[in-house]
Amino acid sequence: MSGEIYRKPIMFAIVATVVILIGTIVTMFYPMLTPEMHPKLENLKPYTALQLAGKDIYQREGCNNCHTQTVRPLKTEVMRYGEYSKAGEFTYDRPFLWGSKRTGPDLARIGGKYPDAWHYQHFDNQQAFFPESNMPKYGWLKDTRLNPAEIEAHMKANGFPYTKEETSSLSSKSELDALVAYMQVLGTAVAKKPAQVRAVAEEKNPLAEDAKAYQLGEEIYKQNCEACHGQDGKGGIGPSLQDRTWLGKEGDISDSQIFALIADGTQAGMPPYGAQLDKNRIWSLVSYIRHEQQSK
Amino acid sequence: MSDYQYDHQTVKGFIVSSIFWGVVGIVVGLWISIQLWRPELNIPPFFTYGRLRVVHTNGLAFGLGIGAIFGLSYYIVMRLTKRPLLFPKLARFHLYLFNAAIALAAVSLFMGMNQSLEYAELEWPLDIGVVILWVIFAINVFGTIIKRKEEQMYISLWYIIATVIAVAVLYIVNNLSIPAGLFKSYHLYAGVNSANVEWWYGHNAVGFIFTTPILAMFYYFLPKSTGLPIFSHRLSIIAFWSLVFAYLWTGAHHLVYTPLPDWIQTLGIVFTLFLIAPSWGSVVNGYYTVGSDWSKMQTNYLTKFFIMGITFYGLQTVQGPTQAIRVVSSLIHYTDWVPGHVHMGTMGWVTMTTAASIYYVIPKIYNTEIYSIKVANTHFWLVLIGQLMFSITMWITGIQQGALWKAVNPDGSLKYTFMEGLAKNYPFWQLRTVAGLIFTIGMLFFIYNIYMTMRKGKALAASRA
Repeated sequence: MSGEIYRKPIMFAIVATVVILIGTIVTMFYPMLTPEMHPKLENLKPYTALQLAGKDIYQREGCNNCHTQTVRPLKTEVMRYGEYSKAGEFTYDRPFLWGSKRTGPDLARIGGKYPDAWHYQHFDNQQAFFPESNMPKYGWLKDTRLNPAEIEAHMKANGFPYTKEETSSLSSKSELDALVAYMQVLGTAVAKKPAQVRAVAEEKNPLAEDAKAYQLGEEIYKQNCEACHGQDGKGGIGPSLQDRTWLGKEGDISDSQIFALIADGTQAGMPPYGAQLDKNRIWSLVSYIRHEQQSK
Repeated sequence: MSDYQYDHQTVKGFIVSSIFWGVVGIVVGLWISIQLWRPELNIPPFFTYGRLRVVHTNGLAFGLGIGAIFGLSYYIVMRLTKRPLLFPKLARFHLYLFNAAIALAAVSLFMGMNQSLEYAELEWPLDIGVVILWVIFAINVFGTIIKRKEEQMYISLWYIIATVIAVAVLYIVNNLSIPAGLFKSYHLYAGVNSANVEWWYGHNAVGFIFTTPILAMFYYFLPKSTGLPIFSHRLSIIAFWSLVFAYLWTGAHHLVYTPLPDWIQTLGIVFTLFLIAPSWGSVVNGYYTVGSDWSKMQTNYLTKFFIMGITFYGLQTVQGPTQAIRVVSSLIHYTDWVPGHVHMGTMGWVTMTTAASIYYVIPKIYNTEIYSIKVANTHFWLVLIGQLMFSITMWITGIQQGALWKAVNPDGSLKYTFMEGLAKNYPFWQLRTVAGLIFTIGMLFFIYNIYMTMRKGKALAASRA
């Protein structure tokens, strides 16, 4: 190699710039000019003013330091969180908020998974739901009202449509309202598929008379269900499980229907547990619920 | 004596400032490490994990890292061009502006002004400040090099020139945004495109802040402090050009299994694997340099800092490419493995090499010897133990996390809830805090040693006068 260049700093700088720009152009500038970097799902809508305010708070509080927003196309990941993330879901995200560390769970499919009430209570006291959670409390966000003028400027910068009524109504909303609204819209442009439902072979609970199953069911209930359905199933964020009307019908819910409800969840805010609890554990839970109903 | 004068005050100012910001960054690091297993230590609104973590990363990357890079680069440039800086007053202004910018940056991050781009969190007014800082640096570096008194440009100057150019391009392009008020902006790029730009930047911030300027220090201060010439000039030429060529292709390895188009991911992975070669070019060059006389490891206390530093660089540049491979990424991405990896680079390679360079420079500036080699050795061992314990702990818990997330029951359902996986991190997170504490104590020995050397130097100068 000729040593000339190491005596000519300007020439050296020019050559170095060119060398640096080759990879930059191929992997960064060129893709930007192609449509594959600008996809949009048909169902995807721009954020509303309230949702954008929530997203701003999500960024301000640095939620992306602990929570990712992209489900990888890996089997267990899809089971845990739902359908894997699509490129066309993030058209309105400036910047993308995929994150790089999952200290807390992924949030790409959190929208609609729980009812609003769950989020309000969980933000206020996560440890009441998950005693071992290390998430900081964010209940204090409810003490600050939103600023319509500021959010209007943010909507304008993003080019999102809004009405004056929409933004002015925000003055009565708190930062926590906005954050919950943002949570509830995340990942909703992709239709929810029911969790992987295990075929329910039995019409009746095979573990109905099993005392051990009742005990296991009680344990599972305390870990997964009590936070919403209350102690012994007396109700809370979720409906009471004691009065036998929680499907809107009186008394005629079959064991297999309860099983399916637990496994698949509902659109009304009951998350699916089919991917987390195996068949034996779900039937044990059914045993426990039946037992609680009968003892009341 | 030479007839020219080096502006040592500015160099010293940058070194002292960088140490100060380093202390801030390390203390915040310890704090957030405890927050992970003691959430009560989150004090809203300013001191929650989400806000503090960016103070930690920015404080150390920009405060400690860039501060030391500015100071030591000025030192190296002056020595290698055999002349003072072309604009010494501008350099002094650079120092003041740097400290003002870092202070404002810390305040703004505590306030939650955050672009949510990793390592580019600062909001747009501060971005402009950073660009001004960089332009001043570039003017002084290029100006001084152009007006140099030594014809040949030594390796370290190549790396400094590449740093100045690459960081400018990276920082400006990734920080382009749509302002929405003085304290808020939205990325010019959206969705997958935003992700691709950010990680092109993010990975090359590592490449051109934590690699090239540190290599400039390594190539200058290793021969200087040992008296041994660099083993192969030809190898350093090959390593330099292939490194600065390949780095820019690799950002997408941060986005494996995301919705980013597959071809960009694959290209990123391939070039990441290629990067092992130029990285190890410098590692081999370093080993063979000291290899001509290994007794330097015993007789010169700085040699082991440089050799350990370049060893961590070597490990880092093998581990990194391994992580980029899809099957490995699917296990360890998003887990604590990754902070384990990053901290081997920063606590091992960057801090060791920078500290050794400062150990060399400060006595030179004060025309004296280091205060205590014993204290420096204690510093070395504490930092080494702390760093190893930190990274190994994180690797173990990272693999465990990844495995728990993937574990299934015989019937195919998931074996562990997310919470069950999280709870298993706690003992490792506690150990990590202990490791961080050991590292911090090591750094306190370093600071004490530098402080005492400066005091000694001042006393000497006074007695001479």
